[in-house]
Amino acid sequence: MNITIRLAWRNLWRHSRRTWLTIGAMVFSNALLVFMISLQFGMYELMIDNTLQAFIGHMQIQAPGYKDDAKMRQVVPDAEQLAATLRQELDLETIAARSAAFALLSSEDRSYGVQIFGVDPRYEPGVSTLPGLVKEGRYPQDRDAQEIVIGSVLARNLKVSLGDELTLLGSGRDGSFSAAVAEVTGIFESGVIEMDRSIAEVPLGFFDDVFYMDGAAHAVVIVTPGLAVIEDYRARAEALLPAEEDLVLHDWDALQPGLKQAIQADISSAFFMYGVLVILVAFSVMNTQLMSVLERTHEFGIVMALGLTPGRLGRLVILETSLMGLAGLFLGALVGGLITLWFTYNGFSYPGMDQMAANFNLPSRFYPQATLLTLFLGPAVVFVGSILSALYPALRLHWLRPVEAMRAV
Amino acid sequence: MTAVRCIDLCKTYRQGDQDIKALDHVDLEVEHSGFVCLSAPSGGGKTTLLNAIGGLDIPDSGEVWVAGQRIDQLSKGELAAIRLTQIGFVFQAYNLIPVLTAQENVEFVMQVQGVAAADRRSKSQAILEEVGLKGLEDRRPAEMSGGQQQRVAVARAIVSRPALVLADEPTANLDSKTSDELMELFVELNNHHDTTFVIATHDQRVMAYAKRLIKMLDGRIVEDIEQRAA
Repeated sequence: MNITIRLAWRNLWRHSRRTWLTIGAMVFSNALLVFMISLQFGMYELMIDNTLQAFIGHMQIQAPGYKDDAKMRQVVPDAEQLAATLRQELDLETIAARSAAFALLSSEDRSYGVQIFGVDPRYEPGVSTLPGLVKEGRYPQDRDAQEIVIGSVLARNLKVSLGDELTLLGSGRDGSFSAAVAEVTGIFESGVIEMDRSIAEVPLGFFDDVFYMDGAAHAVVIVTPGLAVIEDYRARAEALLPAEEDLVLHDWDALQPGLKQAIQADISSAFFMYGVLVILVAFSVMNTQLMSVLERTHEFGIVMALGLTPGRLGRLVILETSLMGLAGLFLGALVGGLITLWFTYNGFSYPGMDQMAANFNLPSRFYPQATLLTLFLGPAVVFVGSILSALYPALRLHWLRPVEAMRAV
Repeated sequence: MTAVRCIDLCKTYRQGDQDIKALDHVDLEVEHSGFVCLSAPSGGGKTTLLNAIGGLDIPDSGEVWVAGQRIDQLSKGELAAIRLTQIGFVFQAYNLIPVLTAQENVEFVMQVQGVAAADRRSKSQAILEEVGLKGLEDRRPAEMSGGQQQRVAVARAIVSRPALVLADEPTANLDSKTSDELMELFVELNNHHDTTFVIATHDQRVMAYAKRLIKMLDGRIVEDIEQRAA
């Protein structure tokens, strides 16, 4: 081993307790960072999955402009056929055609404006969690049945229950007047009041008849096996879009920009806290190295007299810090990784979380997502912070003069 | 050939509200392969002169030449390079690096000089044998006696065969027997390798080994005696 590395390593252990305390601070903060970042990324994945799988899906095929200004006439022609082709070619069952319209929904006593969706009962459960949230009755099973599923708040507002009939009034794809009667066969409770108050779903065939869709729909919704493979499926799905139709494929980021912004805002606040932690560790390292440099002033004077330049001595101090930082990095990543691994299998929860999560159709436990990034991002930042904090003690050596240094006790 | 030349060197220190003249218009010339002792009472200026010759301290005025090169105007880096390649230092307090073994202490300077690992190893083993420390290569300074540590310090100073060795009170912490052994080693190096020695001391026995004795007082050279070494 190079003598300089040997020297740097042995210098660290001159005051083993001090070095261990500093490494301990690094290990603690690194382990904490690994676990927190892994948990955070796991929660984001869960947030994204739950938000997107609730209704929006990972991707949607739409007519151009429909996303920003939804109009009845902006449709995907032969949407069910396109969905079937995609299911077959992508070998993915979680693809469904869906239509949407605004309608006035009337019971015997009251009327409310709602957004009504035409869904394919066979495939909608694969692209939306809403069918699984039906608390009373059942979800439609026949694509042509004159049935409707509404939210619990809407049912209360309309004063209807299972078996009651509701009248739909709206505008068709061609702008003509649309009207129909449907029987309430299911009432869902998503936990999100806005959804429970303003959304209703009917079978796609029934929707097609009522709103004169002529086999078209407003979107083909795609849910992929995970966020990591979206890009792959996106490329393959785009290649399968019919060339003669003017269609676009939006991913979840475009469909739900607020979600990404919310995650980014959360990342910013979390990383501010992590930054404070890193700064505290950096100051601890600076303190250690500054003390180490000050108490070795005489020795530094000697080696300068032997011909070492201040730059070399500075590099020695940086090397010592690097070794300490690397020990902290790997031990911290190891400890943090083991903690994260345990929670990856057992989940992370706290008292009261079950009830809160159940209200939002979320699992009662969060599972950290351990990747190389989550394992080493925090420790790497702590490592860089430590090196930067050692720059000041190292730079002090540039002003050291051998004669004065050798006089130091 | 001149190994060291000092021309009209002056250095003043401020101590409290008093100016102390450590070097007061000092002129000195040391020939190549010379063996010179600087003798002075404490505060007489011998260490300051040694530091100026070694480029450790910059004089207020005057010129310092080492091996034909003027060094008092060089940058820190250039001075470090001169010390690394041309000057060996031996200090009163040994000043070894405590966490390195005897052999590593000797090798360390050579590594800085860029000497290859195998060469470093053979040279360091040879020089440690030469100074009588064979078998103690793996000992750390704390595991050696004062005399042994000083021998390691000497080995470190001379391993690269510098043209000039500056020693500041090298025997101050040694018993008389070890002092004699060290001085005999210096003489041998001086005789066999033509190494120039400038030794600051107030030890009479050390002075007896010198070919030339320079006495200083209050920063001035007051006596310059050629003598037949012991």
